[in-house]
Amino acid sequence: MKIHEYQAKALLREFGVAVPRGDVADSPERAHEIARALGGRVVVKAQVHAGGRGKAGGIQLAESPAAAEAAAKQLLGMRLRTPQTPPEGIEVRRVLVEEASPVRAELYLAVTLDRARSTEVVMASQAGGMEIEEVAARSPEKILREWAHPALGLQPFQARRLAFGLGLAGEQQKAGGTLAQNLFACYRAKDCSLAELNPLVVTTDGRVLALDAKLTFDDNALFRHPDVTALRDVHEELPLDVEASRYGLNYIKLDGSVGCMVNGAGLAMATMDIVQLAGGEPANFLDVGGGASPEQIENAFRILSSDPSVKAVFINVFGGILRCDRLAAGVIAAVRKLGLKLPVVVRMEGTNVELGRKMLAESGLALTTATDMGDGAQKVVELARATR
Amino acid sequence: MILVDKRTRVVVPGITGREGAFHAARCKDYGTTVVGGVTPGKGGTTHEGFPVWNTVAEAVATEGATCALIFVPPAAAADAIMEAAAAGVPLVVCITEGIPVADMVRAKEFLSRTTSRLVGPNCPGLITPGQAKVGIMPGHIHREGHVGVVSRSGTLTYEVVHQLTTRGIGQSTCVGIGGDPVTGTSFVDVLRLFNDDPETHAIMLIGEIGGSAEEEAAAFIRAHVRKPVVAFIAGQTAPPGRRMGHAGAIIAGGRGTAAEKMRALEAAGARLVPSPADMGKQVAATLGTA
Repeated sequence: MKIHEYQAKALLREFGVAVPRGDVADSPERAHEIARALGGRVVVKAQVHAGGRGKAGGIQLAESPAAAEAAAKQLLGMRLRTPQTPPEGIEVRRVLVEEASPVRAELYLAVTLDRARSTEVVMASQAGGMEIEEVAARSPEKILREWAHPALGLQPFQARRLAFGLGLAGEQQKAGGTLAQNLFACYRAKDCSLAELNPLVVTTDGRVLALDAKLTFDDNALFRHPDVTALRDVHEELPLDVEASRYGLNYIKLDGSVGCMVNGAGLAMATMDIVQLAGGEPANFLDVGGGASPEQIENAFRILSSDPSVKAVFINVFGGILRCDRLAAGVIAAVRKLGLKLPVVVRMEGTNVELGRKMLAESGLALTTATDMGDGAQKVVELARATR
Repeated sequence: MILVDKRTRVVVPGITGREGAFHAARCKDYGTTVVGGVTPGKGGTTHEGFPVWNTVAEAVATEGATCALIFVPPAAAADAIMEAAAAGVPLVVCITEGIPVADMVRAKEFLSRTTSRLVGPNCPGLITPGQAKVGIMPGHIHREGHVGVVSRSGTLTYEVVHQLTTRGIGQSTCVGIGGDPVTGTSFVDVLRLFNDDPETHAIMLIGEIGGSAEEEAAAFIRAHVRKPVVAFIAGQTAPPGRRMGHAGAIIAGGRGTAAEKMRALEAAGARLVPSPADMGKQVAATLGTA
């Protein structure tokens, strides 16, 4: 789960990570008040779940409260388009108004999981403010890494090494080391999957501050963090994704015209692949899970067919726990109830497959059956083309 | 065959849950020796014909359990894994999906101080056809034979097994290592076992996007594996930055793409199958039985 920058900074502040003074505003008037209370120059930052805001005009410097108000007025309600947003952009509903920090150096500091080592890695770099992937690709030696102990966490000596490696000295080295440890503490306490400060800055008056902050959380651990769960902003998610998650379905909208309904994540990915190999483009990833009920099948069907770019639907199920007769019942109910006009290709295999096939054949519905994955993909791609 | 066979004695933590009870019975139907289950507080009772203990240690002491098949819900699953390892169970298989990553980081460290091997979590388990089924896969699609199957996915594994069996090609053992970012057993671990197993003549590897487990497998294949390996990588069309169902299946920062993994495996001498419909066909061609 992602959260906004202003929420991340509030959380980090609780853990003793230094961030600029500021507050969030949902109106130009409120932006004015915050700027006046802060005094001096401020930065007005659009709050959306996407990076690349600066280049897209989502971050503005304001010399006065009136200028902050004007900047907020311009940003609030606009659709911000960055390389990380959908093409139509994301509507800005809030802005963060912060004191402007005079920057002497831009650094990078982040915590994430190192899967190969099965523990967290803390990464630091003097090349802050840039895309860290680019730094990693071009000059990997510029990224320092310290691996946390799985049980004991990040030790003070490791935090010191990171701070020295960032080129910090004296009081700033101490502040930087403490900040790294506090960032790590937040990561562990809140079950983050990424805690990234880019840039972490040294100001001209010698403070070490998180100028930008990104926190993402392990969805599987949200059950034990009601405070974090409360920070979810569904406005930042696509409506179909939100609806699918309500029914326990794993749905991701893509750009193609072949709707896919599959059980199991691996088979769902493989189905997307085979659709493309057959010359089509998948419209979505949809995993209905291992033990889907006929109701879930029906909901899945409704969600994927409500995407207007879907021209044909491919159902590919290998019944293990999910029995083919139950799948067939769900499909028949969904097609009847929704009065679905789209062509549907069904490929199923596994437990109770004969019964399931018989049910589909006797349903009187215009469903196309496929003998295997390859056959199904060919058929559905042809049908999607013909419907266009 | 590797890891499980006729001698495997399975205890099922979480047996009083719906999934646990259902699959314990299916494993038993297949011929697996399921000695009973564990649910704290329900020790001394029986559940659907299976004896229930309070602790895994009791199941080991009374029935000599050699394998724990875990269906405990996500919040308590890592604890169940550690309990089974502490009780000295050599093979711990965790089916549970949705365990917090941090819990697995801790559990894996705990396991490193024991002699237990963990398979999973978030996996279908493993099966040695004709010997023992320790997992949730449909048993009837399998057939005894000589192809070792190792996979990060569940239903996609059933798909390849079905393709093999319908061509008359049997399997030595099929291992689902799971789709989470932190898992107990890696591709490399299973490849090493298959490479040393005289009953395994060829290996089918099914990977997916995310992480670097396939690249590590490729390095191991190049250096050590002396048997033919056929590989498929799911997620060739997956967009970056989106998690494809499995917590571990995400292309992040330009790394973990299918193309990268396929290149690494091909360079290591594995035969890559571009289409998931052709996995069985490629294995048959490799074995010369096509």
